Amino acid sequence: MNGFLLAVRAEWTKFRTVPGWVIATALAAVAMVGLGLGPSMQGSCGRHGPGSECAMPVGPGGEEVTDAFTFAHRPLTGDGSVTAHVASMTGQLSDDRALLTPWAKAGLIVKDGTRPGSSYAAVMLTGAHGVRMQYDYTHDRAGSPGTAPRWLRLTRSGDTVTGAESVDGAQWTDVGSARLPDLPSTVEIGLFATSPQYAEITSESIGTMSAATQRSLLTAAFDKVTPADGWTGTLVGEPTNRDRGGYQQDGDRHILTGTGDIGPAVAGATGLGTTVTQTLVGTFAALIGMVVVGTLMATGEYRRGLIRTTLAATPGRGRVLAAKAVVVAAVTFVTGVAAAAAVVTLGQRVLRSNGVYVHPASTTTELRVIAGTGALLAVAAVLALALGTLLRRGTTAVTAAVVTIVLPYMLVLTALPVDAGRWVLRVTPAAAFAVQQSAKQYDQVENLYIPVEGYFPLPPWAGFGVLAAYTAVALAAAAWLLRRRDA
Amino acid sequence: MTTDATIEVRGLRKRYGPHLALDGMTFTVRPGQVTGFVGPNGAGKSTTMRVILGLDRADGGSALVGGRPYRSLTHPLRVVGSLLDAGALQPSRTARNHLLWLAHSQGLGAARVDEVLDIVGLASVARRRAGGFSLGMRQRLGIAAALLGDPAAVLLDEPFNGMDPEGIIWTRGVLRSLAAEGRAVLVSSHLMGELQGTADHVVIAGRGRVVADATVADLLAAAAGGRVTVRTTAPGAGAVLAEAGATVTPAGPDALTVSGLAAEEVTGLLGARRVPFSEVSAHRATLEDAYLELTRDAVDFRGAAS
Repeated sequence: MNGFLLAVRAEWTKFRTVPGWVIATALAAVAMVGLGLGPSMQGSCGRHGPGSECAMPVGPGGEEVTDAFTFAHRPLTGDGSVTAHVASMTGQLSDDRALLTPWAKAGLIVKDGTRPGSSYAAVMLTGAHGVRMQYDYTHDRAGSPGTAPRWLRLTRSGDTVTGAESVDGAQWTDVGSARLPDLPSTVEIGLFATSPQYAEITSESIGTMSAATQRSLLTAAFDKVTPADGWTGTLVGEPTNRDRGGYQQDGDRHILTGTGDIGPAVAGATGLGTTVTQTLVGTFAALIGMVVVGTLMATGEYRRGLIRTTLAATPGRGRVLAAKAVVVAAVTFVTGVAAAAAVVTLGQRVLRSNGVYVHPASTTTELRVIAGTGALLAVAAVLALALGTLLRRGTTAVTAAVVTIVLPYMLVLTALPVDAGRWVLRVTPAAAFAVQQSAKQYDQVENLYIPVEGYFPLPPWAGFGVLAAYTAVALAAAAWLLRRRDA
Repeated sequence: MTTDATIEVRGLRKRYGPHLALDGMTFTVRPGQVTGFVGPNGAGKSTTMRVILGLDRADGGSALVGGRPYRSLTHPLRVVGSLLDAGALQPSRTARNHLLWLAHSQGLGAARVDEVLDIVGLASVARRRAGGFSLGMRQRLGIAAALLGDPAAVLLDEPFNGMDPEGIIWTRGVLRSLAAEGRAVLVSSHLMGELQGTADHVVIAGRGRVVADATVADLLAAAAGGRVTVRTTAPGAGAVLAEAGATVTPAGPDALTVSGLAAEEVTGLLGARRVPFSEVSAHRATLEDAYLELTRDAVDFRGAAS
């Protein structure tokens, strides 16, 4: 066996023969599973008899969508187009404040019937994001900025739907086009208006963050509509739409009032339910446990002079450090993956039986979340090991490790304002928690994309890379110092 | 056991800040002998041992084991076994597991661990936490660790510390048999007396360098100086011995101190001349005497006191 494998075997024997370390590792897993499966969130889905299940329409891509809007429509067979002038848009919140929400939408849409979740393409004017071309829920393209009044035109030609905009109705600019191969020959085409749930952070001081969500309403006035006649008003989508929405035609003027959204379903403030990430709330507890174990694997030897025995047995110091890192990483990874797998699979069931809607994640995403959680814990334990080697004193090193790795994440979840939290999750080792994000962030959907809701500022593996970079630097410094100083 | 493991220490120098720990330390530990490494606290014994084991880096000089630096050994514990600090244990690990990870680091198995546990007499407590061991038991465990790789050279730093008399006798026996098996054995102690009857060769250190490096026999002879005490009231005794070439000085009303003649020669001479005497005793020097004489100037009292 070569020297490195011997060193790894020796370090593994060392690890498994200290009962405290083995127990701490097991407790880390138990704490993570316990916190994930324990009663935390409660919801009302399915708890009030048949009909109260939280079922969402499914879009053409198989994803769950929100599809609720006020629709003035008429059938179109074969190719054709609709043109309209959006004269005005006014918004109102359910607390009676007048506010046009940023993603309030009014415009033209071509849709495969009026069933929620069916294929569509739309060109629209928004509250604060200018002209957009959107189709099949997840696709979004920006046109020119600005707001009403504006001319819009939507044209179907075979599989292709093209949106165009104009300031004067004479000079037109294409916003974008969509290929919708599943669109039948007869479709519904017309005007639409809708306005999503509005979420705002109402108070934000250190230690408290509260957000409020309410329904918002958009009233859009269209005129100069071509074709001029044959319009029918329909409130597409969820029942709540019926309370407030409506359609009126007054000669040339079409007034649409709508609430809801057309887009992918999101978890969090403006959406429904939560995500798989929620089941991993116990990760911080496992992190504390493994960070302590990682630190003690280094400082325990310094405390008792055992480091000399170790280095007399294996004079290659880089090799000793690497062997320790391999052992603590492997043990932590296996433990973390086992705990994460248990909590992601069982935790979803627990949440659902509590009436909480959990957005389903793809298998790939679940595997990434599980493996990523194991890797996050493992690399954090190696960082702790490196800090222990650098600092040599147990209490100092454990404090340093917890302060650099665990504390930032805890602060983000409990105390920091959102922007400060996002910054912390970019630059500290806690950035690695991004591997646990299971919901996709859609910029075209109004929501609070904040860490507490499971939305992280960095992409999953980029966030993990931040932790890995810290660890690489700490490990290199530890190896350098270990080689340089007397044992 | 690999073949030659002569330990050669050549001109080691090391400075810790203002303190000169090693100042040209030079000696050789030969196979088949127990070499005692003696000196007051702060003489540089432990530092020298750490340098030999590649733990501390010397500012100058070299320390080689069988002609190679320790750090270049593939399975170092199979060449050099060492005990630096019997307290260097993870207290919650059992004695057997402490030896097991060391064995694994050298590609050795559990069978060898059980063998050395038997050798040091810890087999019955092998599965107890080492944290609960007395200092004497820890010393035995440390010696077991040193013997694990069946090494050609053995380095023990203060192995008698904390041992009961029985343990000291046992340790001496172990050291003697290790040397008898042809191993190079280096044992440090700050008490010369502990090495009497054990060491074949003694290296005396003071202030980071070697003060004396000699066989035990030579040291004893030098310290005793061949003095003999004769108890007699006969007036001619002094003259008889002086004629034979001895230096005679009175040592009280009925005693003479004689140097330059062995005790047997003194009794022979006095008997032949019929000079009455009641006792002839050879003055036996101890290693302790030799040591105190040699280190009188080398002890760093100020360093030890302040």
